[in-house]
Amino acid sequence: MSFEYAPAPESRAVVTIKPKYGHFIGGKFVAGTKLFPTINPATEEILSHIALAGKADVDAAVKAARKAYTTTWSKMSGKERGKYLFRIARIMQERAREFAVLETLDNGKPIRESRDVDVPLAAAHFFYHAGWADKLEYAGLGTSPKAHGVAGQIIPWNFPLLMLAWKVAPALAAGNTVVLKPAETTSLTALLFAEVCQQAELPAGVVNIVTGDGTTGAMIVNHPGIDKIAFTGSTEVGKIIARAVAPTHKSVTLELGGKAANIVFEDAAIDEAVEGIVNGIFFNQGHVCCAGSRLLLQENIAEEVVEKLKSRMTKIRVADPMDKNTDLGAINSKEQLLKITELSSVGDSEGGQRWSAPCELPSKGFWFAPTIFTGVSQSHRIAREEIFGPVLSVLTFRTPQEAIDKANNTPFGLSAGIWSEKGSKVLWASQQLRAGVIWANTFNKFDPTSPFGGYKESGWGREGGRHGLSAYLKGVSHD
Amino acid sequence: MTNRIDVKKTYKLFINGAFPRSESGRTYEVKNAKGVFIANPSLASRKDLKDAVVAARAAQPGWNKATAYNKGQILYRIAEMLEGRRAQFVDEIISVTGATKVKAEKEVTNSVDRLVWYAGWTDKISSLSGALNPVAGPYYNFTIPESMGVIAAIAPENPSLLGLIDSIAPIIVGGNTVVILASNKAPLSAMSFAEVIATSDVPAGVINILTGKKEEIAPWIASHMDIDGFDISGLNSKSHGEIRIAGAENLKRIYAFKSADPGRILAFLEHKTVWHPVGL
Repeated sequence: MSFEYAPAPESRAVVTIKPKYGHFIGGKFVAGTKLFPTINPATEEILSHIALAGKADVDAAVKAARKAYTTTWSKMSGKERGKYLFRIARIMQERAREFAVLETLDNGKPIRESRDVDVPLAAAHFFYHAGWADKLEYAGLGTSPKAHGVAGQIIPWNFPLLMLAWKVAPALAAGNTVVLKPAETTSLTALLFAEVCQQAELPAGVVNIVTGDGTTGAMIVNHPGIDKIAFTGSTEVGKIIARAVAPTHKSVTLELGGKAANIVFEDAAIDEAVEGIVNGIFFNQGHVCCAGSRLLLQENIAEEVVEKLKSRMTKIRVADPMDKNTDLGAINSKEQLLKITELSSVGDSEGGQRWSAPCELPSKGFWFAPTIFTGVSQSHRIAREEIFGPVLSVLTFRTPQEAIDKANNTPFGLSAGIWSEKGSKVLWASQQLRAGVIWANTFNKFDPTSPFGGYKESGWGREGGRHGLSAYLKGVSHD
Repeated sequence: MTNRIDVKKTYKLFINGAFPRSESGRTYEVKNAKGVFIANPSLASRKDLKDAVVAARAAQPGWNKATAYNKGQILYRIAEMLEGRRAQFVDEIISVTGATKVKAEKEVTNSVDRLVWYAGWTDKISSLSGALNPVAGPYYNFTIPESMGVIAAIAPENPSLLGLIDSIAPIIVGGNTVVILASNKAPLSAMSFAEVIATSDVPAGVINILTGKKEEIAPWIASHMDIDGFDISGLNSKSHGEIRIAGAENLKRIYAFKSADPGRILAFLEHKTVWHPVGL
């Protein structure tokens, strides 16, 4: 007997998308000179045209941010600053459905995830940081920690609104003003956020948003009027930024790539672990820097886990992201689909055994079936490089120490997963793993109170919690 | 009666608990403030740096695993050993730098006291910088500082002993191991301090000390892929940019410090956050 799901589409009537957008500078929308289309990756439909910021736009945004910092924001008490952030959090909650629908249309992620994860967490980030604004002297950085000034923030396309919240909320709470650039394929929710800033009556210039591609990002990074750079994206670009700001006074936080090990020990609750593996790699189409993309299975349970995993994967619904039953949405761009396809082909040619869940992929848009590779060894590129898609590499181990050695055998160190019902083993493994976030008997959980960030080449600094806040304050003893 | 001829010391490197000469066979001349010859310490090579990093990497898991109490006692032991040899250090500082006795004694006193101060930090830093995070869900979630790995440092030119200790102590407090380049003009205190370390139950490889040229060794450190962090307090700020550019290859954490405070310990620690579900 098989069950069919009836379509359960979310209505897009809640959102009004304008035919074109400019930048948000000094509290106003400013027309851009050069426009480029932004599409729905699930249908390839052109949603709108957005502006490509050039030097003049970035200059204007930095100037507006500096003016707001000098004349308004740095002079305002933390108590009042915090109230603006609380307002923003509330308006985001009020307009949550609108944000969720727009995010799904622009990004391709399932509406269930944008509705239940991205948008509520983004609002929670503003609510959490709002309360810090008048308590900075208790953040452990001395009695009068100071803001940096103007922060330049560059965010990725995988969690567009959530990454905006991770960047903007702590920056504003700490007293900085910002120039933010959303990713070129996913700018629409940032532009809707600009409207929220207007509704919250945030002083003009405190938040400035310029849209564009990597060239715009580079202008922000290299702009002499910016004091602090925060970037989330690839390790490759992170290193370029680190070199660019090296000779300057700018301080930097980087949230970069990962190749997280998700370790399943023989004493794990297997069914729960299988759910965790699926969540680890297929959440958000695997477009997650902390995705559990290297599954490490203890040899004696490997066969059972792979079988159960495959069975579970056949039940993943790959379909219209706007359908409330969809589990796996569209790949964000043609370019990313190409990268996933290419690396998967390398997986084949290096000897991994590919298995994809049987599913019918829509004819339009960018899609990739949930896929696993078994028989992968540590030297394979699909075990070393970030694929950033719904592709899982499966490796095995015999002893706990071998699991740790394999897990740590990577220049990355963002996250890791542990599955075991034995408490002392869980704590031992969590100590041994060289990664900034450890999920034990769970995976891909996020919270504004919980610091997130990587060891080694996964980045500099943390976001979230007191540790994340400190990245936006001076007061430490070093430059 | 004949005047006794002094038995002079050969100042060598300190790598993995031993005192080798530079594998390169190179030395350089150290003179006092009046230009009088004092010693021929080793001019460390790139291979010496590599050997020191290998030793530091091998020693790191063991040092990290030592309890905070144990680490604190070892740091305190270093202070005890230094206290017992105050006179030698005072003499060396005076002979090389020409400092007054009062000034030299003050530097040694501060060095001992600084070690005692850091000894007390080993079992306190976690409770100050760690956190129990009240996440909105049924999870137990905590953040703790952990060692970063192998940290390199360039000690300031002066004060040559206190500056060296100010670099070493905060790095090892949290479980890192260190490779440090001593003051170029006044390296004698550093190499005598190595003898203090060697008799303080510090495991071999936890502290490695080189002597040589900053401008030669700093770029090698910056581009070394098995060094996790770099304290450049002792480097001329003009070269900081270039060193940070080279260090970006493996995203080394690179800092220059202005004072001794807990932030200096935390700079070379990583914060790890652990999640676990709560439930029946």
